[in-house]
Amino acid sequence: MNEFAQVMSRYDWHQVKESFESISELQVVAALRKSQQGLELSLSDFKVLISPAAAPYLEHMATLSQGFTQQRFGHTMQLFVPLYLSNMCSNICTYCGFSMENRIRRTTLTMAQIEQEALAIKAMGLDHILLVTGESERKVGMDYFEEALGVLSKHFSHISMEVQPLSTLEYARLAKLGVESILVYQETYHREKYAKYHLKGKKSDFDYRLATPDRVGQAGISKVGIGCLLGLEDWRTDAFFVAAQLDYLEQTYWQMRYSLSFPRLRPCEGGSEVNSPMSERELVQLICAYRLFNHQVELSLSTRESAVFRDNMLKLGVTTMSAGSKTQPGGYANADKSLEQFSIDDNRSVRQVASMITSKGYQVVWKDWQTGLNQY
Amino acid sequence: MLDLEVTDKLMISGHHFCSRLFTGTGKFANSELMTQSLSASASELVTMSLKRVDLDGQRDDILAPLLANNMKLLPNTSGAKTAQDAIFAAHLAREALATNWIKLEIHPDPKYLMPDPIETLKAAETLVKDGFVVLPYMHADPVLAKRLEEVGCQAVMPLGAPIGSNKGLVSQDFLQIIIEQANVPVIVDAGIGAPSHAAYAMELGADAVLINTAMAVSPDPVAMARAFAMAVESGRMAYLAGLGTVGSQAIATSPLTAFLD
Repeated sequence: MNEFAQVMSRYDWHQVKESFESISELQVVAALRKSQQGLELSLSDFKVLISPAAAPYLEHMATLSQGFTQQRFGHTMQLFVPLYLSNMCSNICTYCGFSMENRIRRTTLTMAQIEQEALAIKAMGLDHILLVTGESERKVGMDYFEEALGVLSKHFSHISMEVQPLSTLEYARLAKLGVESILVYQETYHREKYAKYHLKGKKSDFDYRLATPDRVGQAGISKVGIGCLLGLEDWRTDAFFVAAQLDYLEQTYWQMRYSLSFPRLRPCEGGSEVNSPMSERELVQLICAYRLFNHQVELSLSTRESAVFRDNMLKLGVTTMSAGSKTQPGGYANADKSLEQFSIDDNRSVRQVASMITSKGYQVVWKDWQTGLNQY
Repeated sequence: MLDLEVTDKLMISGHHFCSRLFTGTGKFANSELMTQSLSASASELVTMSLKRVDLDGQRDDILAPLLANNMKLLPNTSGAKTAQDAIFAAHLAREALATNWIKLEIHPDPKYLMPDPIETLKAAETLVKDGFVVLPYMHADPVLAKRLEEVGCQAVMPLGAPIGSNKGLVSQDFLQIIIEQANVPVIVDAGIGAPSHAAYAMELGADAVLINTAMAVSPDPVAMARAFAMAVESGRMAYLAGLGTVGSQAIATSPLTAFLD
């Protein structure tokens, strides 16, 4: 059993879930007072702030979140874009558009197509990319990644990856190839329910996925992004475990940087019902609570959310945004929507998003890494 | 009366500075505001992170206005976790920006951005040999300050408090020892959150201060830049004029030695 699994075993999902109901307003006020003194909050304070009892204090949380974020990150917003390399997948996941049993057209970009995509993305002005694939180890494995990184590292300063969980040695190889950041979401920390969503394929191994950030840390990659798929199971309980894992990782891999994402489940090809829907108001509460809990962690908001929501969240704790995203392989060089993983909500161009950011008094950060750093 | 402009220039590696306020370029809302603030600060040395600068120069919202305003650049190695990383970044900066000045920053801990003393000393030694003017960011550690001086750093930059924390001079007692012992300029870097902190650092005898967050994140960065400029000047003037000592009790006029009269 890996170490975070050990930390997790101290908690019972149902007890954590039920405990949110008994949190009192007094506890909320105490946590906010502590935050007001400039202190980071503990895991139990965090739990208090995502509880229903904290909902009436949202404005207060937003003010604090804004202050801490501006102090640490300034008036800036980092932009990145996902680059979908393949929608091949050997997993069956009930909520995902790439799921193996969905009858969609499958494709994997050739190196020539990747080059075309890179040029199209560069023309949009972006310098930080996130490579995304399904999980098809045989067809889209390390050899493919290595070749793709050879093409892409010539064009981009900062490359992140969101692909199948890999071994420590494989991550070490990716680090040498210039990958700065790995994103891997547990989807849900509910062990039994996890098995019901992940019916087939390597992803059905809960513990291997859970230990992935550890392997990333052991391999010396600069940054790891974690999160859960909000809406699959009780979002408060899942968010609590995300925060617990962040705490554990920070203590264990003190040189690593961290980012959190908060994707809300959206309709997709053949997808299941959203089990535990989360309102926008609740999402704001969660984002602000993450910030009060950890002043340094990067908080990333994707184009899954609406333009209006993103525009307003710009100042409330978020530090990184995707823009101009296409979720189908090859989508930047040519527009064929039939392959997409999920439909996005904020369809604005990068230029439109950038000018919105500027108009809100924030500076767009296009580049915040230098190729060659962290190679020693 | 002291005329600071004429008599009290700071010299680092043969370069004279009229202003003892150094500034940074991060966290501003836009490049116009950054330029206006830097100009209001009257700062003559401006640091910027190499990793943030587009070295191809096609679009750079930080570098272009600095060059247009003829500011002296102090590229920094922020993002480096090891000596080798920092050396790599310093060489890249020298090549791209045509300056051999480097603010050496090595912080492997991304949470508090604490400088790594071992890697910093290693990198400083190499960079000095490679012909750089090295200004290292360091913890307020008096022994480390002397070691960095010995390997040839042209100034030392001890922290007042963690970067961006606005906590002021929490390291005051150790800063005072560093200032007392230093043969190179001491620039208090990081943690200064208010003009009063900056004035106090100067009153203690610091040779300069470096300010970024407190200016950039202020609701009115231009006014705050000016406030810092005034504070630094006033603190320096007070230091040169000589501050009185602080005491809480009156000094007795018929003391123990009255029998000698």
